[in-house]
Amino acid sequence: MATHKISVTINGAAREAEVESRLLLVHLIREVFRMTGTHVGCDTSHCGACTVILDGNPVKSCTVLAVQADGAKITTVEGLEQGGKLHPVQEGFHEKHGLQCGFCTPGMLMTTSALLERNKNPSEQEIREAISGNLCRCTGYVNIVKAVQYAAEKMR
Amino acid sequence: MIPAAFDYHRPGTLDEAVKLLKKLGGEAKVLSGGMSLLPMLKLRLASFAHLVDINRIPGLDYIKEKGGNLCIGAMTRQAALERSDLIRTKYPILADAVPLIADPLVRNRGTIGGNVANGDPGNDQPAIMLALGATFVALGAKERSIPASQFYKGLYSTALAPNEILTEIRIPAPPPKSGGAYAKLKRKTGDFAVAAAAVQVTLGKNGAIERAGIGLTNAGLTPVEATEAAKYLVGKMPDEKTIAEAAKMAAAKSSPSADRRGSVAYKKEMARVLTTRALRKAVQRAQGG
Repeated sequence: MATHKISVTINGAAREAEVESRLLLVHLIREVFRMTGTHVGCDTSHCGACTVILDGNPVKSCTVLAVQADGAKITTVEGLEQGGKLHPVQEGFHEKHGLQCGFCTPGMLMTTSALLERNKNPSEQEIREAISGNLCRCTGYVNIVKAVQYAAEKMR
Repeated sequence: MIPAAFDYHRPGTLDEAVKLLKKLGGEAKVLSGGMSLLPMLKLRLASFAHLVDINRIPGLDYIKEKGGNLCIGAMTRQAALERSDLIRTKYPILADAVPLIADPLVRNRGTIGGNVANGDPGNDQPAIMLALGATFVALGAKERSIPASQFYKGLYSTALAPNEILTEIRIPAPPPKSGGAYAKLKRKTGDFAVAAAAVQVTLGKNGAIERAGIGLTNAGLTPVEATEAAKYLVGKMPDEKTIAEAAKMAAAKSSPSADRRGSVAYKKEMARVLTTRALRKAVQRAQGG
C-alpha cells in the first residue's frame, strides 16, 4: 500500500508527514505530531472529544483521514492559548467550573471557540445546539453553558 | 479502531474520477463526507481496496435554482444546506430535516450526495427525495438521470453502477400553494430515527390536494415511498379525517425491524403519528399559514 506525503499547518506551524492511507487525522495529531491534547473518546464519531478545527470548521478528527487534511489548516486545543494568554473559552471553563473530569474539555473548547467566531452573542439554546455533538459524561452542561457565555461576553 | 488497509486516490476532476472508478472496477468506493463510510471502515463492517475521494473536485458544491429545478451539488455539506436562505424560505421540508441529521460537527463534513447515495434507510434525505419526486444525476461512461423512486434497491444497494458517481440532486421547484414538512422521532442527538416521515403536498384552486408525496425513514430495508397513501390524498380536501386515513395507509406500508429503538408495533405506530404530524404541517404551509 502506498503512503502519501502530506503537509499541513497545525496551530500556525507548517508540518510534513508521510502517512498511510488509513491513518486517521486524530492519530496523525496525537501519534505522529505528539500533540496529545486532542482526545480519543468513543472513536465512533459520537462523543466529540476528538474535535479539531479543520479549515475553519469544527470536525471530529477520528472520522477524517489524515491524508484528507493535506494542505489544510488545523487548530487543536494546544493552539488556543496565544502568547501565554488563555483563550476566552479556556478562561471561561476555568472561571465557571466548566469541567469535572476534563476528558471532553478539548473538544468542547474547540467547538465553542468555533461557535464564538461565527456568533458573537449566542443564546443558551444556540450554545446547547452547538455542543450537541460533544458529550460530557460528567453531565456538567450547566457550567459549560455558563463558561461559553462568560467567554462570549469577554470577546465582545 | 483502524480501518483495513486501502489505497487512497484524490482525482482533481470528475472525468479523472470516473476513469479511475472504471479502472478499479468494483474494488473502489467513492469517499464524500465520509461520515457513514469511515465509521463502517473503522468498525470493519465494510472494506474496500480503494477509496476515491471526491472532496477536492471543483464544481460539486452548490445550491441553485435552474430550469424549474432546485439543483444541489453532491458535495454540498449539510452545514451549507442548514445556512442556505433559499432552502429556509422555499424548501421547508429540507429546512426541517437538516438540523435533525446527526450533530453539528458531523454536518460540517457530511454531504447530501453521501446521504442519498449511501443506501442506508436510516438516512433522512432519501425519504425526503421520494416525497419531493427528486431525480439523481449520475456520471459514468455517460450522464444519466435516475428518479429517486427507482434508486433504492435494497439495504445499502442502489441503482448506481460501481463506475458511477452521483453528481447532482434535482428537485422540481414546487408550484404555488405547495408545502412540505419532515417529522422525526429520535432518542437523542446523533441517533438514527425511531421513525420519521417526509411529506410534500400541492393544493389546487379549491383547496383540495392536487399532488402528494410521502416518504418514510427507517421503515424497512430501503427508504419507503408510501405511494398508495399519496394517491389516496389526491383530489381530497385535507381535513383531519383524510389526513388520519392517509397516515394509517402510510404506516401500513412500513416494515421496520425491532431493535433497541423499539418493537415493530411501536415503530409502525410512530410512523403513523409522524406522518400525521408531517401531513398537517405540510398542508398548513401549503395554505400559507
